[in-house]
Amino acid sequence: MSDKVIYAMYGDDDVLKSSAKKLVSNGVKISEVYSPFPIHGIDPIIGVKGTRLGIMAFLYGLTGLALATIGMYYFMVVEWKMNIGGKPNFSYAENVLAFIPITFEFTVLCAAHGMAITYLLLNRTLPGMPAQNPDPRTTDDKFVMEIRLSENHGVTEDKLDELLKDTGFVELDKKIIE
Amino acid sequence: MQKEAAIREPLILGNKTYHDVTEDVCRPIEGKAPKMWYILFAIALIVGLYGVGSILYLLGTGIGVWGLNKTIGWAWDITNFVWWVGIGHAGTLISAVLLLFRQKWRMAINRSAEAMTIFAVFMAGTFPLIHMGRLWVGYWVLPLPNHFGSLWVNFNSPLLWDVFAISTYLSVSLVFWYIGLIPDFATIRDRAKKPVAKRMYTILSFGWSGRAKHWTRFELVSLVLAGLATPLVFSVHSIVSFDFATSVIPGWHTTIFPPYFVAGAVFSGFAMVQTLLLVMRKAMNLEAYIHTKHVEYMNIVIMVTGSIVGTAYITELFISWYSGVEYEAYAFLNRATGPYWWAYWSMMTCNVISPQLMWIRKLRRSLLFTFFISIVVNIGMWFERYVIIVTSIHRDYIPAAWSMHYPSHIDIAVYIGTIGLFFVFFLLFARYFPVLALNEVKTILKGSGQSYKESPDYHKHH
Repeated sequence: MSDKVIYAMYGDDDVLKSSAKKLVSNGVKISEVYSPFPIHGIDPIIGVKGTRLGIMAFLYGLTGLALATIGMYYFMVVEWKMNIGGKPNFSYAENVLAFIPITFEFTVLCAAHGMAITYLLLNRTLPGMPAQNPDPRTTDDKFVMEIRLSENHGVTEDKLDELLKDTGFVELDKKIIE
Repeated sequence: MQKEAAIREPLILGNKTYHDVTEDVCRPIEGKAPKMWYILFAIALIVGLYGVGSILYLLGTGIGVWGLNKTIGWAWDITNFVWWVGIGHAGTLISAVLLLFRQKWRMAINRSAEAMTIFAVFMAGTFPLIHMGRLWVGYWVLPLPNHFGSLWVNFNSPLLWDVFAISTYLSVSLVFWYIGLIPDFATIRDRAKKPVAKRMYTILSFGWSGRAKHWTRFELVSLVLAGLATPLVFSVHSIVSFDFATSVIPGWHTTIFPPYFVAGAVFSGFAMVQTLLLVMRKAMNLEAYIHTKHVEYMNIVIMVTGSIVGTAYITELFISWYSGVEYEAYAFLNRATGPYWWAYWSMMTCNVISPQLMWIRKLRRSLLFTFFISIVVNIGMWFERYVIIVTSIHRDYIPAAWSMHYPSHIDIAVYIGTIGLFFVFFLLFARYFPVLALNEVKTILKGSGQSYKESPDYHKHH
């Protein structure tokens, strides 16, 4: 099914924000905003939900903690009890103090890398992927709002044009995508 | 947009627009490199290759080519290791700790400071690796099922903690740095005209889009990574200090080591950042973004951490006497008055006295003076590690074993070589990477840019 997409380009983040507010209050659904840097406060306006990556980081951290604990228990207490200076490793509890540094490092290692990999996969940003922004200027100083007609049944194209007219955009582009 | 007090100096000078920021950072990458870059790169490469050659010779012959002897088993190698790790502490501190404290001035310097960190940790990692001597059996340090008899990794050993600390620090810093680089690579990608450059930056930018949701994730990931990296920064040098502190050598066996090493690391790291940035801002025309105020902020950090280090030196001296332990007292007396007095007093002058000069506003805002002090601090911090390591062990318990350490030319060549390699990496970074977090800088332009702060609308509510 073909879909018509409107790209409204702005030269300033605050102008885009007030324009988005106006459109949304008129019942328009803005599907995406592309910007060179994070526009603070845009998410609630266009209905972008918060991310749960922080929870993921915590879970990866817990995994690291568990792996480090199990690993060192196995290496040092079960598999090969070392006797260093007459102080053998008889139990995990007796040795836990010496295991804290590595447990901490490994927790951080797993949390950081797990989160970073999840972040890249969620964004679908991986080495060699083609650029996904609609206009090369959106990584420089332009801010683009994307409105899909298929997501706006209540608002006609003419009505959208009228709403956008006085919002101070610098360019308006319409594309038909298959 | 976040407003700030009018009396705060603007962080971005002049009348800059978003596009100007992009232009200013991308121009040096897109244009031809100045002649000076090629000259510096050639020098760094030659010095670096000499170091690589010396390392190969060392690995082929054995670590007997160093100036070590039976009494002094650790000298330049570990000194260089600790020195480089210390230098590698500024980058992540700037990007992580200063992010948590919402210090906006970090944005102008975090990218290159982090790059510096990563390259410094590369150099640091070289030293323990070559200290193994027979690098090809390095896999013995892994807990692999084996038939080597009682050869087994000791997770109780601070040396192994160090392996984990350094490799975690390196890889987490690398990820933190790269995640910040992706949007900036996308900016260069979208501007690139030449096909090869376009292809390269497309690969490097991972197809970054700049969608609102992606930016939300980006900011959260940066924040969480900063939260993870902050205790990491402190843990790494604490663990490096455990290498010494958990031993029973007089002069090493001190509980003050972890905080004292961390402060020293931040101290030397910031000094290296100053050395590099003062040259870079000039060479790449970034004076509007990294200006006197940034230098002053960093000098204040140097002053504070330098004072902590100074306090630690004096506390250490006092405790050695107060402990009543003869060996401990002698170790410190010997540092100050023994055959290595010159190293001790160089360390004292460079690290205790020189940062105190930063109390004078005129001096800490002087770029030339800052550059001079930053070099002095780095020399001083090298001597600190040398004093701790060599002077503590050169007087053994039995006077018959007393000895001196004289570096061999391989000792010197490996050290100088790592400095060369470090500059090879840094110069390549400055040539091909965005040296300023340009998209992050745009977020503070309206709040901290000079033209915005001075406009009459700035303090009006709108």
